[in-house]
Amino acid sequence: MSATSYGWLVLAFPAAGTVVISLGWRLLPGRLPGWIATSAIFLAFLASIGALVDLLDHSEDERQLVDTAWTYASTGNFKAGLSILVDPLSVFMCLVVSGVSFLIHLYSVAYMGGDRGYARYFAYLNFFVFSMLLLVLAGNFVILIIGWAFVGAASYLLISYWYRRQTAVAAGIKAFVINVIGDVALVVAAFLILDKVGSLDLLPVFEKAGDTFARNDGTLVAACLLLLVGAFAKSAQLPLHTWLPDAMEGPTPVSALIHAATMVTAGVYLIARMHPLFEQAPAAADVGAIVGCATLLFAGTVALAVTDLKRVIAYSTISQIGYMVMGVSIAAYGAGLFHLMTHAFFKALLFMGAGSVIGAMAGVQDMDRMGGFRRAMPFTFITFTIGALALAGFPLTAGFFSKDEILAFELNRGGGYAVLGVLGYVGAFLTAFYAFRMVFRVFYGDPVPEAVELEGGHVAHGEPMNPMTGEPEDTDVGFPGPEHHVAERAWPMKGAMGVLAALALVGGYLSVPGISDVIEKFLEPTFADSRFHDTAPTDGAEVLGLVVGGVISIVAIGLAWWVYVREPGTATRIRERLPRVHAFLVNKWYFDELYEALFVRPVATFGGFGRRVIETDFVQGTIVGGATGIVRVGTSFARAIQTGYLRAYALLLLVGVAGLTLYFLINSS
Amino acid sequence: MWFEDVLFFVAAIGALAGALGVVLLQNPFYSVLSLVCHLLGLAVLFLMLNAEFLAAAQVVVYAGAVMVLYVFVVAYIGGSDEPLRPEGGGLALLGPLFAIALAVELCIAFIASGLQALDSNGPEVGSRFGSPGNIGELLLTDFLVPFEAASFLLLVAAVGAVVLARRRRGLEDEGAGTMRSRHEAPPTETMDVRV
Amino acid sequence: MEITWYLILSAFIFAIGAAGVISRRNPLVVLLCLELMLNAGNLALVAFSRMHGGEAGQVFALIVMVIAACEVVIGLGIIVAMYRNRLPIDIDQMSELRG
Repeated sequence: MSATSYGWLVLAFPAAGTVVISLGWRLLPGRLPGWIATSAIFLAFLASIGALVDLLDHSEDERQLVDTAWTYASTGNFKAGLSILVDPLSVFMCLVVSGVSFLIHLYSVAYMGGDRGYARYFAYLNFFVFSMLLLVLAGNFVILIIGWAFVGAASYLLISYWYRRQTAVAAGIKAFVINVIGDVALVVAAFLILDKVGSLDLLPVFEKAGDTFARNDGTLVAACLLLLVGAFAKSAQLPLHTWLPDAMEGPTPVSALIHAATMVTAGVYLIARMHPLFEQAPAAADVGAIVGCATLLFAGTVALAVTDLKRVIAYSTISQIGYMVMGVSIAAYGAGLFHLMTHAFFKALLFMGAGSVIGAMAGVQDMDRMGGFRRAMPFTFITFTIGALALAGFPLTAGFFSKDEILAFELNRGGGYAVLGVLGYVGAFLTAFYAFRMVFRVFYGDPVPEAVELEGGHVAHGEPMNPMTGEPEDTDVGFPGPEHHVAERAWPMKGAMGVLAALALVGGYLSVPGISDVIEKFLEPTFADSRFHDTAPTDGAEVLGLVVGGVISIVAIGLAWWVYVREPGTATRIRERLPRVHAFLVNKWYFDELYEALFVRPVATFGGFGRRVIETDFVQGTIVGGATGIVRVGTSFARAIQTGYLRAYALLLLVGVAGLTLYFLINSS
Repeated sequence: MWFEDVLFFVAAIGALAGALGVVLLQNPFYSVLSLVCHLLGLAVLFLMLNAEFLAAAQVVVYAGAVMVLYVFVVAYIGGSDEPLRPEGGGLALLGPLFAIALAVELCIAFIASGLQALDSNGPEVGSRFGSPGNIGELLLTDFLVPFEAASFLLLVAAVGAVVLARRRRGLEDEGAGTMRSRHEAPPTETMDVRV
Repeated sequence: MEITWYLILSAFIFAIGAAGVISRRNPLVVLLCLELMLNAGNLALVAFSRMHGGEAGQVFALIVMVIAACEVVIGLGIIVAMYRNRLPIDIDQMSELRG
């Protein structure tokens, strides 16, 4: 079987899973929908491996294969078809997406047990994986945009999965609206490119990009900026990041899959895929790098202050994607995508661990109420700590090799990029600090009552309530389910977390400078036409960057240890000393309030105005009322003629006859 | 011949007088009689136009049958005298006005007409022109369909008249009760029908 | 006499009849005025028939007479029905068909 057939299979399995579960959910008892979904993704993973193997069989020059299923629009010399592009980049993304999705599906089989919407959840999840795979396998802009939109829709469905919760529904709408902004930008960018280049297929566009556009050509820069807007909306970068923390309203596996490993990486994939365009328009690429850097600093600072466990991890995601965006914007494609892969591993692992802790806390997500789970949940503690080490970039973990490679690239490019590189190291310091802030606050210290209960062998149960607002909610509808699952007790959760922990430890060895270069070599055919191909830093420079990064992470972990474990009151004292800074950080730099004032309030006012004045007064009153009023007045004249008096009618007849006769008399004379 | 002209004027004045009498006389009985006079004048005019059969039919059918029917009904109902100018009747002023206007227009049309034949006495016709024989022949050949249709119409009218005016046994009191029972009462209140 | 005179006479009779229809309130008299108008039409028809020299106009006038008779019959029937139902014999009172 050829690589492209494997590509179609990769798409077919999750789609089939969605259809089977959504149509036949009544017939599937118990946890069967979960197992069907998981096996569908596993088969997709196997098909990705098949595609990989077949692709490696081809020679290096022939590793970009396009296959079109059927053409559905063909006018003039414009053709749009259902085509997929199987090349190293898409196979890499497919492997990451399907692999991590498989593990998260496995985790969800246990985590979502007892929830009445079990089948619905897995149908949505499979649909999401299908759309993400469609996005990465797209061979032309049309399929890319379709996949992009589907991913946004799936995200909305999954964020507001527990739709009885007002906050969840609001978060889903917020995510969808911001994603739509990105969708629109993407479509306009596609139009601009179609207008100038004349084709929407990716490979021909890339080939003609150099000839059609001059460097920093106005249209191309505009198109690339619009592509960036789309990427930022999907990947939650400044200023379109506000949806991601709120999206933590969804179930924890959803946060793991969508908002850590896959959907938010779609923006990074987009920039990497469109690299010929970005290299021809360096102005846009620079914008991307600057925004990525600003985002990673912003998110790092906010993660220092928020107390909701999932939201800390969410801001960490925003921050790490800032690294990836920065990486692919400065043409460090291999490094950026490698970080994408390792980040998927350890971020999903962190979310899974957080899910386990939240299960032990009976749904409470506030870190202020957690502590001392070390003895009660040893497995969770170990895997969570591995994830945190990888996030912090501790030496020899996966994150160490990937994140610091990006920063080494930055410093190597020199000039303004070196500044970004230094800021990246500052961000790395913050990252390590807040990662271990989480670890120490949750697992160290005195055990809280729930931990004591768990040590006694009994998972805590509390009143069901909304974790964000704390108000009680009724679960009579069946969701969220009444059961809480802990990793120690459920083997699917344990298995998934274990695999990810192993990958977080050893995954880095795929790209050790000077020793192995698997990722770079594999991705080379895609990026061979990059003009920055030969500006990679030397092995020595990379090793230096890695060492600096490692030192920074160790220092930050030590500082966190001192603040949280050695002298437990330090954090509180700092907070009291700098109340306004703390408030600024906890309120996420007041971005939500800014958008509320800038966009939401005016639109709502205009909507109210529209309803009051335009609809009620103008349309109903003037247009509708006016039309009927005119008819009424007109007909009242006609009614006045019908008096009922026979003689009046006779008079009218006579007058009419006289008038007619007069008319004809005059005309004939 | 001067004889014809005099006869014409006499007949015409008679017809006009009769017409005016119909309109102006208060008592409906007198109006009926006035119409009879008018019809006789018209019959003379028909004769002068060589329409013998028609003149005879006018006298026998119209004046003889229809007017007799009228007399019967007037006697049955008993017409009451009514003022010629009803209260608040602008119609009584406007009606004659427009009628006079119509008459003037028609006269202008006739006098200023371009038809030369109007200024003559008509072509020479034979003695059988307008005779019963000729009319009968036409009725049964060229104008058969109108003839049959008219006879059918007569049948319908007869049946209709009988149905309209018959006395319904036992329904008279209810029929009377549902309608106005007083002569002079106003018919109904004005209803304000909202559209 | 020339045909024109007959036509003028017919126009006058028609006008008198029309004025009578509008002015009088007794339905019997209104019907009589209608008869006047019909007769005026008959006169015009016969005059034109004489002008053309053909008898078609006279046949037309004969049929008109028939129709006038039918109409009178029905109209009188209605008036008798009105009288029988104790309604006032006044067409101004019969004004319920109004908008």
